[in-house]
Amino acid sequence: MAENTVEAEELHANRSKMHISDTDVAIEITKMNKWYGDFHVLKDIDLRVMRGERIVICGPSGSGKSTMIRCINRLEEHQKGSIVVDGIELTNDLKKIDEIRREVGMVFQHFNLFPHLTILENCTLAPIWVRKMPKKEAEEIAMHYLSRVKIPEQAHKYPGQLSGGQQQRVAIARSLCMNPRIMLFDEPTSALDPEMIKEVLDVMVGLAEEGMTMLCVTHEMGFARQVANRVIFMDRGQIVEQNEPEEFFNNPKHERTQLFLSQILHH
Amino acid sequence: MTDLSYVRADESPNLPPPVNTTGVIGWMRANLFSSIGNTILTLIGVFLAYSIFEPLIEFSLINAVWEGENRQACVAPPDSGLHVGACWAYVKAYLPQFIYGRYPIDERWRVDIVYGLFALLLIPMAIPGVPFKRTNALLLLIAYPIVAYFLLTGGFGLQIVETNLWGGLLVTLVIAVTGITASLPLGILLALGRRSNLPIIKLVSVIFIEFWRGVPLITVLFMSSVMLPLFLPEGVNFDKLLRVLIGVTLFSAAYMAEVVRGGLQAIPKGQYEGAQALGLRYWQMMGLIILPQALKLVIPGIVNTFIGLFKDTTLVLIVGMFDLLGQIQSSFTDPTWSSPTQAHTGYLFAAMVFWSFCFGMSRYSLFMEKKLHTGHKR
Repeated sequence: MAENTVEAEELHANRSKMHISDTDVAIEITKMNKWYGDFHVLKDIDLRVMRGERIVICGPSGSGKSTMIRCINRLEEHQKGSIVVDGIELTNDLKKIDEIRREVGMVFQHFNLFPHLTILENCTLAPIWVRKMPKKEAEEIAMHYLSRVKIPEQAHKYPGQLSGGQQQRVAIARSLCMNPRIMLFDEPTSALDPEMIKEVLDVMVGLAEEGMTMLCVTHEMGFARQVANRVIFMDRGQIVEQNEPEEFFNNPKHERTQLFLSQILHH
Repeated sequence: MTDLSYVRADESPNLPPPVNTTGVIGWMRANLFSSIGNTILTLIGVFLAYSIFEPLIEFSLINAVWEGENRQACVAPPDSGLHVGACWAYVKAYLPQFIYGRYPIDERWRVDIVYGLFALLLIPMAIPGVPFKRTNALLLLIAYPIVAYFLLTGGFGLQIVETNLWGGLLVTLVIAVTGITASLPLGILLALGRRSNLPIIKLVSVIFIEFWRGVPLITVLFMSSVMLPLFLPEGVNFDKLLRVLIGVTLFSAAYMAEVVRGGLQAIPKGQYEGAQALGLRYWQMMGLIILPQALKLVIPGIVNTFIGLFKDTTLVLIVGMFDLLGQIQSSFTDPTWSSPTQAHTGYLFAAMVFWSFCFGMSRYSLFMEKKLHTGHKR
């Protein structure tokens, strides 16, 4: 019990270090709608993310949470409404899409590392080809981030030789090498064995502490309590409820949120 | 009542496997004589292999004639009762024709240089450890074809040699190598085109692929040598070999496209998304991420198409060109070497040459597959 209070205090101290801007908008989603054929996946989504915010998005499967964050870097196309990322509005203009993708990093459930390239090559590929960085510099940066995710010694192995947790950490490092201003996480720990979840979450916590703007689809409620400044609950293509984590977990307002939380927290 | 609690006290040691599961004896026991049925099948197999290979070896090696000036060497004296095997002396005498066709004898050094340069550039290209791959590739794919073209056809002070004088292995290799190197990039473009989101590019690719896959190669060759001149304006005429080259290339590009498309379909969507999320553009994504993986997956199919193309070069005989097989066949009419085993020997030789080229490609592709395997696919 005493340990818990210490942890909670630490938590509080850590969170106050993370600065959230009052004026600098990172992502502005307005009345965004999306359909898959006739199926209405996202309904009138409104979301404003300030620079430095750490948002956890949860909800039952099929609620549209992954689809929503995938719209932010145009892996999915929205059909109505607007998405403005870093002041750039997402349209069919390929130049703008490229510009946004350079600034927005993404980590996937299944890592999506490139199996034919070494870990180091995975990390240097985009800086070299997209940022036109000299190879040597790209490698230095890659080694810096690989050290940060604590696997510099794996740099010359191939993804297939690494464990799931290590692969996901490489995926995070790979995104960071592009020096993104916003990071999207799409269920980053869902495909991992329980033993490996912590090592990935630790990296993500570190990132949050440095003030990275993060949108994270996850069911890791401990992570949400620890780093999120806002938790969003989605169901059937809509944002049903959002609140500060304490309030969200201790005092959910909407009955669907209550039902969802009772199912994932007490099993 | 049993005790449910158990705690291991010490580690079990690693033991060697049982003796009769390893080594030659173990292998034979497991694979050849594991049961009475298998033992019988093994013995039948050995018998069949013997009855096929024994006469073959006798014909091609034991009773073969290696030296001689003319047909006398390869014909058994009447009523001697001797069996004469393969007439290698005839192959030896005809070898230059098989290699160069009717290429002027004084100019054959040019063909030799073309062969030599090809080997000189291809071998370091094919061995992974050799440095300067980029220079090597540029020389092989850009400089070499130009040099080879002028050496073979003439110009710049060299005597002009019409392509209808080319023949034998020269024609086979020119068609096969050009076809192989041109059909792969074309096939990749067609495969990408067929999967493109742009409707017109997709339609054009589909029509192209389905057209060329729908007609037999013989038809393509006939069309290119007989029909094509009808459609061209008067006075415009291509060299026949060039027409055949284009026909063969487009034909195998269509097959290649479908092989490559198979590979593209095997690449998980996540690879595209991973590349896009990093900001790679279409051609970067395809060239750096998707194609390297897709092509590696379909190496067997690609090499299959290469081998098919190599052997299909023999079809050019029907439009009056003499490839290796055609050259060998045409030599059968020469009375100097006419003997009962002349044709057998000629065909055996052709088979050996074709087989060694195709087997070489096959083994090299296996080697590359192993070399490019980077652990488990994900």
